[in-house]
Amino acid sequence: MKKSRKLIAALCGASLLLASASAWAAPKTLVFCSEGSPEGFNPAFYTAGTTFDASSRALFDKLTAFKRGTTEIEPGLAEKWDISADGMEYTFHLRKGVKFHTTANFTPTRDFNADDVIFTFMRQFDKNHPYHKVGGAKYEYFNSMSMPDLIKEIVKVDDYTVKFVLKRQEAPMIANLAMDFASIHSAEYADKMMKAGTPDKVDFEPVGTGPFQFVAYQKDAVIRYQANPNYWRGKTPVDNLVFAITPDPSVRYQKLKANECQVMFNPNPADLEAMKKDPVVNLLQKEGLNVAYLAYNTSMAPFDNPKVRKALNMAINKQAILEAVYQGSGKIAKNPIPPTIWSYNDAVVDDAYDPAAAKKMLAEAGVKDLKMKVWAMPVQRPYMPNARRTAEMIQADFAAVGVTVEIVSYEWAEYLKRSKEKDRDGAVILGWTGDNGDPDNFLAVLLGCDAVGNANRAQWCYKPFDELIQKAKVTADPAERTKLYQQAQVIFKDQAPWATIGHSVVFQPVRKEVVDFRIDPFGGNIFYGVDLK
Amino acid sequence: MFGYLLKKLVVILPTFFGVTLVAFVFIRTLPGDPVMLMAGERGLSPERHAELMKEMGFDKPILVQYGLYLKQLAGGDFGTSIVTKQPVLKEFATLFPATVELSLCAIFIAVFIGLPAGMIAATRRGSVFDHTVMTGALTGYSMPIFWWGLLLIIFFSGILGWTPVSGRISLMYFFEPVTGFMLVDSLLSGQPGAFSSAVSHLILPASVLGTHPMAVIARQTRSAMLEVLSEDYVRTARAKGLGPQRVIGLHALRNAMIPVITVIGLQIGVLCAGAILTETIFSWPGVGKWMVDSIFRRDYPAVQGGLLLIAAIVMVINLLVDLLYGLINPQIRHTE
Repeated sequence: MKKSRKLIAALCGASLLLASASAWAAPKTLVFCSEGSPEGFNPAFYTAGTTFDASSRALFDKLTAFKRGTTEIEPGLAEKWDISADGMEYTFHLRKGVKFHTTANFTPTRDFNADDVIFTFMRQFDKNHPYHKVGGAKYEYFNSMSMPDLIKEIVKVDDYTVKFVLKRQEAPMIANLAMDFASIHSAEYADKMMKAGTPDKVDFEPVGTGPFQFVAYQKDAVIRYQANPNYWRGKTPVDNLVFAITPDPSVRYQKLKANECQVMFNPNPADLEAMKKDPVVNLLQKEGLNVAYLAYNTSMAPFDNPKVRKALNMAINKQAILEAVYQGSGKIAKNPIPPTIWSYNDAVVDDAYDPAAAKKMLAEAGVKDLKMKVWAMPVQRPYMPNARRTAEMIQADFAAVGVTVEIVSYEWAEYLKRSKEKDRDGAVILGWTGDNGDPDNFLAVLLGCDAVGNANRAQWCYKPFDELIQKAKVTADPAERTKLYQQAQVIFKDQAPWATIGHSVVFQPVRKEVVDFRIDPFGGNIFYGVDLK
Repeated sequence: MFGYLLKKLVVILPTFFGVTLVAFVFIRTLPGDPVMLMAGERGLSPERHAELMKEMGFDKPILVQYGLYLKQLAGGDFGTSIVTKQPVLKEFATLFPATVELSLCAIFIAVFIGLPAGMIAATRRGSVFDHTVMTGALTGYSMPIFWWGLLLIIFFSGILGWTPVSGRISLMYFFEPVTGFMLVDSLLSGQPGAFSSAVSHLILPASVLGTHPMAVIARQTRSAMLEVLSEDYVRTARAKGLGPQRVIGLHALRNAMIPVITVIGLQIGVLCAGAILTETIFSWPGVGKWMVDSIFRRDYPAVQGGLLLIAAIVMVINLLVDLLYGLINPQIRHTE
């Protein structure tokens, strides 16, 4: 490995020298100022976006894929798929002629086939799989998407056909398989490393079928990739991709200005104005796939009364929050799902800001001198720039209708834990970023009866709503599902378990010479297809 | 001298033991746990939580865990990071040279500028130079590192374009680390321009990290010098007709150095704290940033191992400083 790295280094050095000598043959290198270090290079182990950027989004493919820059599904390593009439069997027809990366310690002898799919999923699914315990992996995403309860078996029909048999119907299944944890690994490489007594290498020196292949990682500093010349969609326009790990957002911007990188992630909101005016910067923006909300504890009086919740919602001046907290980089939320997700019900009317009416409604509900707690998260998240400030504004709004608010906060891990508890005192500010672009990923995860005591922070189990989303989950026809989710959103608004606060807008500055970079709605950074002028 | 060394070593061992305990307890008393943080907003069921804690061995009574940890340490094993799944010692060894390189350059800049500045200020007490140095030192000392670092980047890299913004070397250069010290490795690589690239990347972060120690050293040198200059033996030396250079350079400086060296030794600990911020701003892949990340992720083995290793190194440095006193002033050696 060392030797070959030196060889690569020498080659890189040589090519750079050549590059300076003859500009016409210059290899194109795209540098990305990333936010942090990847936890590792096997996306199935982790849940962080920084890790996915460095692994699944550059190195790997999945059976299905999200069309770049959208939440739409397109074929990936599976060319097409059939779903049985009862919705219990998914048969994937695999793409032929797909090559795995050739790296320092692995030269594939065969193309991608069904064995690789079986290896990838059985490693996560089967506790007795020889690779299951390698690296002390926990496969948290596979588990949290309920895969172990969902999958009955995965069958290799022939070399290019794989069948997933489910225990129950699950309409989002196809979208789930486009997620990062479902990145397809090489079974051949795994076997080889197991025989060599170094199974860990599969996770540290990754081999995939993706548009880039791994060259080297210097911890906390630099990750280097080169374009996969054999990529099945066609080679990406740039020759090298480098992640320059730069934790501070203002420094990332300085690096972008100095052309030390051409694309940067997660700008400091304070720098946005300067970026808009900067002649070298192209500030891209897109609505985020997220929502921020205030969840009442609907199992406790007086918040068990929808009228009280509705009245409080009417007391919140969301426009003011949008201006003060999101500073223009957001949009008022009226539904629990963002407008970028299909089935978003635009016909739903948001609760009007009307303190006088709110006060009256509270009085009618028999609520007097209400004292409550509002929980403010201690951290900044993509959907919520400043929870403390938001809580203070809600506190002032509620005071205007005679409700006294005490703001509480805990350290982040503690906050996540305590806010789940069924007898939690107070309303919680929190939010969500979508995993797979499916409405189920918001509505069932955050508001379903099964999620009470867990991600359902409103502790809200409302049968008419739950029946709709359960039905939608087992309905294959997208038009029919859309209708069910739209009805669910109407019920949600009527019952008001949350005050929906906002959806953030994601900004991404790139240099002017960058061509065709598209903001990923899932918050990722995808460099396939990106070019430099 | 040997007895002196032995005495010092006897103190170090229990201190080391104490550090293991503090590191172990400290990270566990922080609210939240690694599993909870991994799950994020989604959360996970209490059963799954318990299962994962058990798999990582965090379900055992804390005393048992501590016992196991000591046993592991005795075998030279600092544990495995629960996030990256890499041995803690390996991660530390990868990152530590970067911190050392940065800190050494910082302390070098601090001494190289702070010491003469303090000396000259003392000999020209009340002069414009003295006032300038002392005002500069006070400003430097009160400067928040984060802000100072950004300011220098914006000025020197952004406006003037003299230095690169961040990192350890230009991305053009790519070679396998040999020593982990970029200045050395860039020379070893033999690639033209690599060394000067490494130097240009080091200047800003080293100056930022060196600012606090420089201020402290300048002030300390000045006051120590002033004290010594009023001593009898200095007056005697002057009365003997020795030139000011010899009086200050030999008689005064040597004696004034004792408190100054103590301060420089103490600054090593301060550097660790400054390194965290400096490394974050300048994207410097050192142990400071790594420790903070590990704390935020509740990566227990990494935090414990990291604290322990840093503490051990600081202790060794302090020991060396103690020994250095003996070299500078034989009296200390004898009275101990």
